[in-house]
Amino acid sequence: MSKTLDMLENGQSGIITKVSGEGKIRRRLFDMGLTPGAEIYMRKRAPFGDPLEVTLRGYELTLRKDEAKSVELKVEIKGESN
Amino acid sequence: MNRTKTFALAGNPNCGKTTLFNSLTGSTAYVGNWPGVTVEKRSGAYKNKKIGNASIIDLPGIYSLSPYSPEEIISRNYILDEKPDCVINVVDATNLERNLYMTTQILEMDVPVVIALNMMDAVKKNKQTIDAAALSKVLGVPVVEISALKYQGLDQLMEAAIIASTQKRMGVSVLSEGSEALEITRALKIYQDAKIENPLFHGVKALESDEIEALIHPAEVLKVQEGYDKTKGDFEAISADLRYKHIASHYSIYRHGVSIQAKKKMSISDKIDRVLTGKWFGIPIFLLILFLVFHITFAEDLFYMHSLGLETGVFAEGTMWEGLFYNDGIPSIGVLLANFVNSLTGAFSSWIVELLRAGAGENSWIIGFVGDGVLGGLSAVIGFLPQILLLFLFFSILEDSGYMARVAFILDRLFRRFGLSGRAFLPMIMGFGCGVPAMINTRTLTTEKERTQTIRVIPFFPCSAKLVVITAVAGAMSHYMNWGDGGLITFSMYVLGMVSAVAMVLLMHRTSQREKIPPFIMELPSYHLPQAHALVIHLWDKTKHFVKKAFTIILLSTIAIWFLEHFTWNWTYMPLDDENASVDVAKSILASIGMLIQPIFTPLGFGSQLNSNGWVFSVSSIAGMIAKESVTATFGTLSGVDAEANAAQAVFSMIQSTGIGQAGLMAFMAFNILNIPCFASIATAKAELGKGQLKWTLLFWLISSYVIASFVYLAFEWPWTLAIIIPLIVLIFVGAYLYDRWKGKKELVAKGGE
Repeated sequence: MSKTLDMLENGQSGIITKVSGEGKIRRRLFDMGLTPGAEIYMRKRAPFGDPLEVTLRGYELTLRKDEAKSVELKVEIKGESN
Repeated sequence: MNRTKTFALAGNPNCGKTTLFNSLTGSTAYVGNWPGVTVEKRSGAYKNKKIGNASIIDLPGIYSLSPYSPEEIISRNYILDEKPDCVINVVDATNLERNLYMTTQILEMDVPVVIALNMMDAVKKNKQTIDAAALSKVLGVPVVEISALKYQGLDQLMEAAIIASTQKRMGVSVLSEGSEALEITRALKIYQDAKIENPLFHGVKALESDEIEALIHPAEVLKVQEGYDKTKGDFEAISADLRYKHIASHYSIYRHGVSIQAKKKMSISDKIDRVLTGKWFGIPIFLLILFLVFHITFAEDLFYMHSLGLETGVFAEGTMWEGLFYNDGIPSIGVLLANFVNSLTGAFSSWIVELLRAGAGENSWIIGFVGDGVLGGLSAVIGFLPQILLLFLFFSILEDSGYMARVAFILDRLFRRFGLSGRAFLPMIMGFGCGVPAMINTRTLTTEKERTQTIRVIPFFPCSAKLVVITAVAGAMSHYMNWGDGGLITFSMYVLGMVSAVAMVLLMHRTSQREKIPPFIMELPSYHLPQAHALVIHLWDKTKHFVKKAFTIILLSTIAIWFLEHFTWNWTYMPLDDENASVDVAKSILASIGMLIQPIFTPLGFGSQLNSNGWVFSVSSIAGMIAKESVTATFGTLSGVDAEANAAQAVFSMIQSTGIGQAGLMAFMAFNILNIPCFASIATAKAELGKGQLKWTLLFWLISSYVIASFVYLAFEWPWTLAIIIPLIVLIFVGAYLYDRWKGKKELVAKGGE
């Protein structure tokens, strides 16, 4: 099923399908490796619930929920069966 | 003919670029600023008799050559315009995928490139291998394995760079291999026909709808974009995707024993991180670290021996170390060092004064001029150096270890409400220690406006020198006048400073410093131990910087104040060191200036309502703009009480001789906290702020301190005036809010009309 990055639960991963958003921020997301096809893993959220910390392309990245909303993902179903 | 070659180091942040720079250039490094922006520019020389010499430029750490931040624009323009003989692209071998992304962009420029594959020692330790020769074949440029930290492979790297710099290299693009090959060829041709240098790089940027490219080559960009088939989707996305795909698809050729997902396993760094940024411990640990930093730098009673009654005498009494300790048990390292420096400068001053006495006679003005004016001013500034440096050291350790990035992560949510990012918190908190390092640390902030706002409110966090003023006044109020509790007064002044800071950021964010909250997309580097070598270099730079300022601007200003204080209008010198001092000083030029401006402070409670001695509060406020130590020092001179030994008593005698009231004193403290902090911080603010911003910032400090202090006076003198003050403040905020909304709507209309 598909969701946006901010909806991903801690410990879940997904494959990026689409990145939308405003020009400059979108370019930044691309530059940091958030391109369609990249696997992304949700590590955790900051103590106040935002920003998020994710792992992709072998490194740790933090971004706000606002920016994460423009990243669409395909999530494996296996986490939902139980 | 044999001119020195210039090599530029380019790479991602945290790739070890600065370590490499330090290892290559040693003590020859010079730190300056890139023209027009406050981004650090490091340059230095590599010297080797066998291989040759070269000058090295350390470009700012960046992720891409797209224009996102000033750093990226600087690096890009440097390579394009200054044409270094070779670009050394530093790549973190433990994080190849993202690091090579920028490599694919650099390779599009017509410049010799050598890849420095850094941190190879860490790769080997993880039992992985990277085949440098195979990687070199894929990229088409030399690849040299190095470890900048362990000085491995540096000479081989420089040798490769020197060889590479003798040959011309044409740009190549990974995009020419895939689906976009035709587009690239077409764009390249357009730029080649226009005879533009670096045609491939510019052509690719034109396809990527790059903003800078559209500005410098509008005609070519239009031509390139016209021919592009938009039904394929936007080139920006395709290009980023192809670059990463290219890197990943060639992995198997040169990388062995690594799986891309290996990082999902818990490393030591991850375990530390789980605690430090955890939901429950993250914030308490941060507060504890902050407390320790300040405690070790500023505490007079490090182990609370005095507070707990364990040590009541002077520690180390009777030994040669006696002078370094207070009667408060063992002080912190910062205080110990400051005492040590002070006793050195003190001994030096008295030695010089003795020499002058012998040479120039007892009553010559030169003794006072050199002893109090020059040496006194310098020792006061240098006396602060140990604590400023210690504060710098601690924050550099936190920065280099990777913890600072986590602090931004933890606090971002809280700060966004005020229009700032989480990174703004540290400079502000550092303001409690000293505004100078705090202002310099705003360099980690992303936008100019965020930096301006932060620099402006840093002085509102009372620094250690302001604390002296607050405790002296609060002490006099509680101890001698019985006007409230000293601790509570001090505390309320801190609260006033912080509340004013928040309020002013809110106001600025809605009016003069309007901007969209900058995005927060940031790498969280792995934790690692900071290197002593880099810390020493960093601190040495700061020391040079600070001492240079102390010897110019601060020295001049203390001399000026000394002259005004010790001379009358008809140029008679007054030594001000006998019992007549308090009478004499009233005849000084300084006093007459003070009397002239005294009425200005009437709304603040220390103007015309005071008696003829009341000018002392105006004078000390003015002196406080040069250095906050001058505030209590002025009281000391005027009262004949040794202000260093008992500042509160000096203030008390001023209260008695001027008739100032409780409300006036509160306003006096408020004014001094919020006003222009000192010459050292003006000089720092000038260097750190954008062009032309200093005058507005000085005005900002003057107006906000004056207005807020008069509110304080009115509210304390006539509490019913709160019925006017509070609605007035609300009105100011509503006005700012409405202005912001109106401006926002106007921008929206302008955007829609395009």
